[in-house]
Amino acid sequence: MSAPTTDHTLDEVLNLAASHFKVPREKLTPDDDFFKTLGIDSLQALDLLTRLEHHFRIELPDYELQGVSDFRTLANRIQARL
Amino acid sequence: MLDLRQYASLGAALKDALERWPNETCLIEADRDREKARLTYSDFRELARPLCRALEDADFKAGDRAAIIMTNQSKWLISAYSIFFCGGVLVPLDYKLSAVEHLQLLAHSKARFLVVEYYLWRAITQSPEFSKLTVEIVLVTEAPAGADLRGAYRWEEFKRKGEPQFATRQRADTACIVYSSGTGGRPKGCVLTHDSYLEQCASLTAWYPFWPGVRYLSILPTNHAIDFMVGFVGPFVCGACVVHLRTLRPEFVRDAFVRYRITYVSLVPMVLKNLERGLRAKFAELKPAKRMILDRLIGLNKMLTRARPHVEFSRRLLPQVHRAFGGELRALIVGGAFTEPSTLQFFYDLGIPVTCGYGLTEACTAVTLNDLKPFRADTVGKPLPGTEVRLLNPDGDGIGEVAVRSRAVMSHYLDDPEQTAQTIVEGWLLTGDQGRFDVDGRGHLQLVGRKKNMIVTEGGKNIYPEDIEAVFDGLPVKEFCMFAANYLWPQKTLGNEMLVLVLRLEQNQQFDDKLREEMVERNRRLADFKRVGGYLVWEKDFPRTASLKIKRGELAAEIGVDAARAGVVGI
Repeated sequence: MSAPTTDHTLDEVLNLAASHFKVPREKLTPDDDFFKTLGIDSLQALDLLTRLEHHFRIELPDYELQGVSDFRTLANRIQARL
Repeated sequence: MLDLRQYASLGAALKDALERWPNETCLIEADRDREKARLTYSDFRELARPLCRALEDADFKAGDRAAIIMTNQSKWLISAYSIFFCGGVLVPLDYKLSAVEHLQLLAHSKARFLVVEYYLWRAITQSPEFSKLTVEIVLVTEAPAGADLRGAYRWEEFKRKGEPQFATRQRADTACIVYSSGTGGRPKGCVLTHDSYLEQCASLTAWYPFWPGVRYLSILPTNHAIDFMVGFVGPFVCGACVVHLRTLRPEFVRDAFVRYRITYVSLVPMVLKNLERGLRAKFAELKPAKRMILDRLIGLNKMLTRARPHVEFSRRLLPQVHRAFGGELRALIVGGAFTEPSTLQFFYDLGIPVTCGYGLTEACTAVTLNDLKPFRADTVGKPLPGTEVRLLNPDGDGIGEVAVRSRAVMSHYLDDPEQTAQTIVEGWLLTGDQGRFDVDGRGHLQLVGRKKNMIVTEGGKNIYPEDIEAVFDGLPVKEFCMFAANYLWPQKTLGNEMLVLVLRLEQNQQFDDKLREEMVERNRRLADFKRVGGYLVWEKDFPRTASLKIKRGELAAEIGVDAARAGVVGI
């Protein structure tokens, strides 16, 4: 099976973020600053990373989140490891 | 522990520590639930020896500077030890800074050598400013096979056979240059001597001793003053063990407490609050009867630990809580920023003492610390042995600027006599923090605010508003200036800290959505902890000096009088 496309990955990231932090999915867009949109701190962002790891069955080192604050970049980092 | 009075340098003390406890474990390194390495002091020495020899061969001499940019791990400490062994000056840089900031600080520090983790080196080499790299030799750890290292060496291969020659240093020689912040306009490199560290270490361990068998969980970045002391120098000179985790995910941190039966850990307030939230959520899930029993036990513990902690007793009284922390935890050390007293009290009432202190890089590590006799959640503790604290120009409530004098205080700011002269006056370090001594007469210090235009985040980061301004350069307004809200509107408490962007619009310019979007977009370029919280439109031109620099103090005073904090609009 080939790896899903970035768009698909991005969509899944947004869906998961919305359900994990209980915000309406339609409020999230790819270029949102997730710290701000979700109102989370860096520890909660690490929690999200764990959730994404389980979903995509990959391992993302903490440093993959360093300097990343929007869903699109995050999805790209995940895509690179699929 | 070693008697530190007999040592002239950190290198000499650490070298003896490696020989004194050859069979004790000094380092455990884990990645998630996988243990990657476990080293004895003797193993540590064997790993450092070929690196020391290679540094010698590369002409690394006493007094030369070497920077480290790495996350917490064994190679950080092995590299630091090797640098000290060769008489070098260590420049620990914050790995969370951007590549451009790393390059700026490397240039400012005049480091000849750099030890850096691969992913950080990759970012530096991809930076448009990479051509400005001033370092001569770069050692990269954990580089994948076949990676283009752009002229750097692999740390793992940078070794030579033979016995290296220990380089003797004196107490007054520089041990470290630690940047307290200021990556934007004016880097503040605190020059700290071997004497500063040895004195500070002796004071801290007098109150909080380590011994062989103690396990310290190293979570705060090792480049930070606290972890460097409590997660490296302190444990090593006492034969204790440091546990490194390659991830800071809360679930793995919680596991590590249990898996490695941790004795001490240092945390920033944000992590402490996260632990508190987790525990409170668990308590809330208890059935009413169980909850009532728990509350009663907590009440009993509270009563019996009023005068001082009784850790053994508390463990028996509240076993489930203590088991969740591994069952061996003696104290949580919290520092780097303001912590809510209620959070500190919450843990203390469970029988987990929280050692709250106050320190700043300029004073090496800590100035005051809670000695738990008794625990006082509302203070930052008492001055450490050998540390004098004075309050300058106290007002009617006894509140004045905290000034510190001790051998641990830095010697100066690197290459900045002007800033040094403003900060160290007649031998006293002016902290810019406002405080008062508690009425109990026992010397407990309470911090009540800041005199400086800066904030300390919940993650323990010092942010100087001036450093953030570069990101807003070219903003289409007449002029702008960045301030800390508590600097504009002093309040007699810490907390609620935020950055405020003060805007002066062009004549006839209206604040519109386009300008707001531009601000939001620029704000997003900043690391999350550096972001601006709000803006204020100011109706007058900024006061400026003859050389057209903004008179920040004057402007801040005007704003403080003519505008209200409530007028700040969130970005």
